[in-house]
Amino acid sequence: MIIRILAEGQLEVPDSELAALNELDAGVENAVESGDVDGFTEALAGLLTAVRAAGTPLPDDSLEDSDLILPPADATIDEVRALLNDDGLIPG
Amino acid sequence: MSLMKRMSLIFRSKANSAMDRAEDPRETLDYSYARQVELLSKVRRGVADVATSRKRVELQVAQLVAQENKLTEQAQKALSMGREDLAREALTRKSALAGQVGDLRAQQAQLQGEEEKLTLASQRLQAKVESFRTKKETIKASYTAAEASTRINEAFSGISEEMGDVGLAVQRAEDKTAQMQARAGAIDELIASGALDDASSINRGDDISRELDAMSSDSDVESELAALKAGTSGQSAPQSIESGDSTAPAELTAEQSEPQKQEGQS
Repeated sequence: MIIRILAEGQLEVPDSELAALNELDAGVENAVESGDVDGFTEALAGLLTAVRAAGTPLPDDSLEDSDLILPPADATIDEVRALLNDDGLIPG
Repeated sequence: MSLMKRMSLIFRSKANSAMDRAEDPRETLDYSYARQVELLSKVRRGVADVATSRKRVELQVAQLVAQENKLTEQAQKALSMGREDLAREALTRKSALAGQVGDLRAQQAQLQGEEEKLTLASQRLQAKVESFRTKKETIKASYTAAEASTRINEAFSGISEEMGDVGLAVQRAEDKTAQMQARAGAIDELIASGALDDASSINRGDDISRELDAMSSDSDVESELAALKAGTSGQSAPQSIESGDSTAPAELTAEQSEPQKQEGQS
């Protein structure tokens, strides 16, 4: 499974890690839904750390779609909301 | 649905809408390649812009640190002249500057981080664009329009996503840089106005300097006078001995030059 962390690149993550990552992902999602800024920062950092630890970076010249995409490490809760609402944050 | 899944779906829908536009699918390859090259140069410009902002902040840090050092020297000088009040004033102003310097250093680190991220992003994008170009040429050479479409989808995967990612990174870097440039502009104005020379009382000018200068110019005059007195009493004897010999040729040359001057004038 390929996961992209925005502004960092893509990582190949074994499928066996998915359950644990999904749990951390739910934590980020809950924080976004409830507007818990501190909780969001902590949960996102935890999720990204876990993905980095479990994954191996893809070579720069690989042209593969990611299965999952994660916000950049320094994203604010508002930025993530905007990304999810697709209100023009992603160019193109 | 999970956050990760939702974000990837949004990226994918963007990529697909970009691809649907062309009639001959092979044309989309060239179109996309042109956009990739365009984006690549945009990222490089972004790196240069962030670097410029970082250098500007670095310069400001250097200016403020020089000002801090000047205030420390002033405090030392004031103390050595027994003016504790002036020394205290100088140190108060210095501590006001320290906050500004800390703030600027944090900005500098942030800009440095953005610069590094964008540099890496441009390296990644460049590698992918190269890779895409190779695939594009192969597809155009080996497949008819009808055959090409699945191959083209393969070639597009990854690159559109990367373009979305890089485009976003450039936009975020631009936003951050713009915010910092506004603050940097304000600090440039403060430095230019001289207000930071005198952080505790704007527009009064650098009065510590003035007072110390006045005090030290008084004492400089005194000490120079003392040195001169000491010098003249010590050197007067040999000077008077030499003067006996030296006056004669000096007078001679003066007399000789008189007629020459007149010739020159006429």
